[in-house]
Amino acid sequence: MTGYLLEISQALMALALAPGLVGFVRWWKARLQGRRGAPPWLVYYDLRKLFGKEVVISKNASWLFRFTPYLVFSSTLAVTLLVPLIAAPLPFDRVGDLLLVVYLLLLGTFFLALAGLDPGTAFGGMGASREMTIAAIAEPTIALSIFGLAVGAGSTNLGRIVAQTLAHPGAAISPGHLLGFAALFIVMLAETGRLPVDNPSTHLELTMIHEAMTLEYSGRYLALIEWAAALRLLIFFSLLANMFAPWGVATTLTPVAVSVAVIALIAKLGALGLVVALLETRLAKLRLFRVPELLAVSFVLALLAVTSSFLLR
Amino acid sequence: MSDPSQVQSAIARYLDSRVDEIQITRGNELHCRIQRGAAPRLAGLLRAEFHAELVLMVANDRRADRGAFEIHYLFANARENWFVHATKELTREEPAIISLATFYYPASRFEREIKDLFGIDAIGHPDPRPLVRHAFWPSDYFPLRKDAVPPDFEDDGTPFPFKPVGGEGVYEIPVGPVHAGIIEPGHFRISAIGETVINLKIRLYFTHKGTEKLFEGRLPADGLELAERISGDTTIGHSLAYCQALESLARTEVPSRARYLRVILLEMERLYNHIADFGAIANDTGFAIANAHCLRLRERLLRLNKRLTGNRLLRGGVVPGGVRFDLPDGLDLAAELYSILTDFNEIVDISLKNTMLMDRLEGTGCLTRQTAVDHGVLGYVARASGVDIDARRDHPFAAYGELDFKVPVYESGDVYARTMMRVEEAAQSVSLIRQASKRLAPGPLAAPLLPSPAFEPAFGIVEGWRGAIVHWVMVDGEGRLYRVKIKDPSFVNWPALSFAVLKNIVPDFPLCNKSFGLSYSGNDL
Repeated sequence: MTGYLLEISQALMALALAPGLVGFVRWWKARLQGRRGAPPWLVYYDLRKLFGKEVVISKNASWLFRFTPYLVFSSTLAVTLLVPLIAAPLPFDRVGDLLLVVYLLLLGTFFLALAGLDPGTAFGGMGASREMTIAAIAEPTIALSIFGLAVGAGSTNLGRIVAQTLAHPGAAISPGHLLGFAALFIVMLAETGRLPVDNPSTHLELTMIHEAMTLEYSGRYLALIEWAAALRLLIFFSLLANMFAPWGVATTLTPVAVSVAVIALIAKLGALGLVVALLETRLAKLRLFRVPELLAVSFVLALLAVTSSFLLR
Repeated sequence: MSDPSQVQSAIARYLDSRVDEIQITRGNELHCRIQRGAAPRLAGLLRAEFHAELVLMVANDRRADRGAFEIHYLFANARENWFVHATKELTREEPAIISLATFYYPASRFEREIKDLFGIDAIGHPDPRPLVRHAFWPSDYFPLRKDAVPPDFEDDGTPFPFKPVGGEGVYEIPVGPVHAGIIEPGHFRISAIGETVINLKIRLYFTHKGTEKLFEGRLPADGLELAERISGDTTIGHSLAYCQALESLARTEVPSRARYLRVILLEMERLYNHIADFGAIANDTGFAIANAHCLRLRERLLRLNKRLTGNRLLRGGVVPGGVRFDLPDGLDLAAELYSILTDFNEIVDISLKNTMLMDRLEGTGCLTRQTAVDHGVLGYVARASGVDIDARRDHPFAAYGELDFKVPVYESGDVYARTMMRVEEAAQSVSLIRQASKRLAPGPLAAPLLPSPAFEPAFGIVEGWRGAIVHWVMVDGEGRLYRVKIKDPSFVNWPALSFAVLKNIVPDFPLCNKSFGLSYSGNDL
C-alpha cells in the first residue's frame, strides 16, 4: 500500500518539479551569458497564465488536435510512474519496463507530429517531418542505451536495473555504463529539443523542430504540451541520473530513506541542468542535416554499450 | 579616369540633337535634358564608354508648372566621383517612358515603383506587376501625383499573383507578414523540396507610409525630422544624405569641424549596428552568448550616442549646414571605443573559434559576384561578394576624403563573408572616429543654409551602414520641398536575397536573411 502511495506521490512530485527544472536551466543559461535572467519559477506563472487563456483552434483542425494535448500529457505522466525517481523497486514495475517507457514517450511524439499536420499549416507539417526524422533514430537509441544495463541486470525492468547497480556499485564505471550514459545523454538533447539539435529559445519558425509542431496550440492545450515537455526533460534527466548513478534512490520505504532520495534526486537534476545549460552556452545549433550524424554517433555508442556489457558480463 | 567634360563631349556627340541644356555644375555633376526615348541610348553610352550605371530614377509631377511629368535619371561610375543627371519631359497625354528594365535590373524596380506611384507606364517592361502598390489601393490611385486624393481603401479581394512552383514533393512555406520576432512586416513564400529551397518570393510593401509625400510642402529644415525616421537604425545615414542634398542645392559649404563631426556620427551609427548584427547572426545559429554580449556593447554605444547628441539613436545630430552638437567635454571617445572594440574582438574571437558556428556560416547563402553586379547590390552585401564599392571612398563626402581607411572586400559571398564585413568595418569605424576626433579644428558647427534655387534637382549620397543612400530633392518657388526621392540600399538588396537562399535548406533562411540585414521601412517608403 505504501508502495502505491509513494508511486503516486512520486508522479505528483515530478509534475511539480518539472516546470521548475526548465526554469532553472533557463536561469542558468542567462547567468552564463551574463544576463540577469528571469527567475526559475517564472515557468509556473507561465503555465498558470496559459491555463487561464482562451483557446483558439483552426477551423481545419479535427478531434485529433484537441485530443493530442491530453494524450501527450497523460502518456508522459504515465512514464513517471514507471521510472524510479525516488524509490526502487516499485509496485508498478510489474506493469511495464523499459520498452513501455520508450513507447509511451514515442506515443506522445507520434501524436504531436500528427497534431502538427492536422490543422494543415506549413510550419506544423515542417516540424512534424523534422521531428519524425529525428525520432526515427533517437527512439531506438534510448532503448538500446539502457539495454546495456539490462544485460547486466538480466531484466529490462527499470527498478531491477537500479537495484542491480546499487548492489554492484563497481558496474557504474564499466564501459557498458559509461558508453550507455553518453548515448542517452546525446539522445536526451535531441528528444527534449535542446541545443545543438533544436533551439528552445528561438523565435525563428523556420528553424524550429518541436516548437513548430506546437505553434498552433494556445491556452490550456499549450499549457499541457509545455508541461509535458518539461516533464519529459525531467524524465530524461532522472533516467540519466538514476539508471546510471542510482545512489540515493530509496530501497526501503522509511521516511529517512525517502527524504534522502528526494534530496538526491533534486541535487542530480540540478547538476544535470547545469551541465545542459553549460553545453547550451558553448554550443551552436547544428545544421539540420548534421543532426542525424550526431544521432548516429549516439546509436553507435549505445550499440557498443550493449556489446561490451554482453561480452564483459 | 574620366572627367565630366569628357562625358559632356561624348554625350553631346552621341545624342546630338536629342540632348540640350547640357552643363556641368557643382564641379562634378553633368546636368542635361534629354528627348523622349533617348534614355536607353544615354544609358548604353554611359555603360559602354564610362562604366557608369543607373543609380536613381525619380518621377516628378510637374504638371502644375510645366504641364507634364518629368523623369530624372542619375548615373554614376561606381569608382569615379562624377555624376550624370538627365531629365526627360514626358508627353502630356498618356505619360510613358521607354523601359530600361532589360538593360539594367534596378531600373526595372524603379520603373515599377514609378508606375505604382505616378501611373507612368514603362513601355517594353518585361515584368509589369505592381511593386509598391498596396492591394487595397484602387487601380486609378497614384499617391505621389500632386492631385491625388486618398480614396476609401478596401480589399478588392484580388489575390496576389505568386509564381506557382509545381512538381512532385514541392512544399510551400508561407512566412509572415506577421513574424514571431519584433520585426516589420514582410511575406516570404518559400518553395522547398524536402528542406531545400528552390524558390523564394519576397513580398514587401505592406506598410506604405507615404514618406516621400510627407516631405512635400515642408520647409527644407522641417524635412530633417522625417529623414531621420525613414529607417529607425539609419538616422544619421538618411539625415546626412538629406542634408547633403539640401547643401548641394543651396551651394552651402559645411564648416570643417562639422564635416569631421559628421564622420564621427555616421561611424557611431555603423558601429552600433554592425556589432548588434554580429550578435544577431550568432544568435540565429543558437550561439546566444555572443548575442548577449553584443547587445551589452550596443547598449554602451547607445549611451555614448546619448552623450553625443542627447538621443540614443543619434537623432538631432545632423542639421542642414552642419551638425547640432559639439563633442561633450570630458568624453574620451577614442578610449571608450577602443575598449568596446577590444571587447567586441574578444566576442568575435570566441565565436569564430566555435566550429559549430563556423559550420553554419561558411558556404551558407552564397550570393555570387555576377548576381550582385546584376542587381546593383550595395553596401556590405556587395563587398562580401567581391564588389569593391564604398561611397565613402568613391564619392567622398563629409571629411572622408581626408581620412585614411580601408574598404574590406570578401570574395565568397556567403553568410561568413557578410559577418566578417561587420567585424572588419567595425574596426575601420573606430579608426575613422579616432582620426576624425584628432583632426577636429576649432570653428563653427554649422553654416546657415543659403537660399535654394527653385526647381533645380540636387542629390546627396552617403554610405550608410547598410550601403549607399541617395536623397534627391527639389524645392518650389516658395522654397518649400516640391519632391524628395529616397533610395535606401535595401531597395536593391532585397531582390538579391531571393538568389542567395536558393539551394540552401529552409532552416538556414533566417541566417541568410539576418546576414543581409535589410530594412523594411527604408524600402517601403
